[in-house]
Amino acid sequence: MATAEELAAEEFARVVATHRQQIFRFLLASTRDMDLAETLTQDCFLKAHRHWSGFRGESSAITWLMRIAINLQKDHWRNRRVQFWRHTRSNAVDSEEASEWLPSGESSPEQQLLAREQVKRVWRAVDGLSERQRTVFLLRYVEEMDIAEIGRATGLSEGTVKAHLSRALGRVRGELGGRK
Amino acid sequence: MRFEHKPGNNARESEERTARESAQSVDDLALDRVLTDFRSSVHAWSEAAHNRPRPIAAASRRAVWRKAAAWSLGSMLVIGASGGSVVEYRHRQEAARIAAAREAQQQRALAEERERDAEKELAKVDSDVAREVPNAMEPLAQLMTEDESQ
Repeated sequence: MATAEELAAEEFARVVATHRQQIFRFLLASTRDMDLAETLTQDCFLKAHRHWSGFRGESSAITWLMRIAINLQKDHWRNRRVQFWRHTRSNAVDSEEASEWLPSGESSPEQQLLAREQVKRVWRAVDGLSERQRTVFLLRYVEEMDIAEIGRATGLSEGTVKAHLSRALGRVRGELGGRK
Repeated sequence: MRFEHKPGNNARESEERTARESAQSVDDLALDRVLTDFRSSVHAWSEAAHNRPRPIAAASRRAVWRKAAAWSLGSMLVIGASGGSVVEYRHRQEAARIAAAREAQQQRALAEERERDAEKELAKVDSDVAREVPNAMEPLAQLMTEDESQ
């Protein structure tokens, strides 16, 4: 018969298996650095494991994990600002390289080219966003989280989330050459 | 002041609004499509990155080499530092031993000199006493010798 600890470990392993890729994807989109995203993902699950007994399920596991990931990412940027010499060791890819990834689907080469160009522009707009706007934008349009979930994950009110989203979208529209 | 709402004006406003709304909805549709492409792009990139083969062996070999180099360099530094301090310690000990031996030799030489001086002094005293005392006792000594011969 399994003990309570074994059951908790099994449950945590299930959570890792279910959400690891999503956390990695969010961190990869935020940092555009594969190695850093990998490290932060590991740190995120390590931290989650340490505090797993304290997780009461008030929010969903993914919201809770996202919150940890966002905080880790914030800490990382804060540390990098202090340790300025580490800037030289960044492996982040530019918007050009990030926009290379596009599923071929059934579209024509011309459409693919156009889509790639537009994705590049979105990346360029994302570059110009503040840290908070970028986080909210990625959670909404990459992770498809709803406003309330984003609010819980970021610790912001729904109104603030909407305001950040609106500004971020304005920036994307501007970059795409549409109306603001 | 009151605005008069003419039927013609209303129709034009309505048309403009419809045109604006349709332009916006087209715009929104285009934006939605771009954002969907963006999402697909990030998902595809993340999936490829997540499933990429990780050069664990090479990394660990590099890490082993780096660790070995760091250890050997560290060991060399520790050995160098401790060897230097041992040599320095021995050198100081040797210098102290030599200084102590020299000091002892000097002390010995001084003591010998003092001894020699004392012996010389005693010899001088002896010779002085020998020169003075026998003269005073000589007659008695001569008598003693004469008695013995008789």
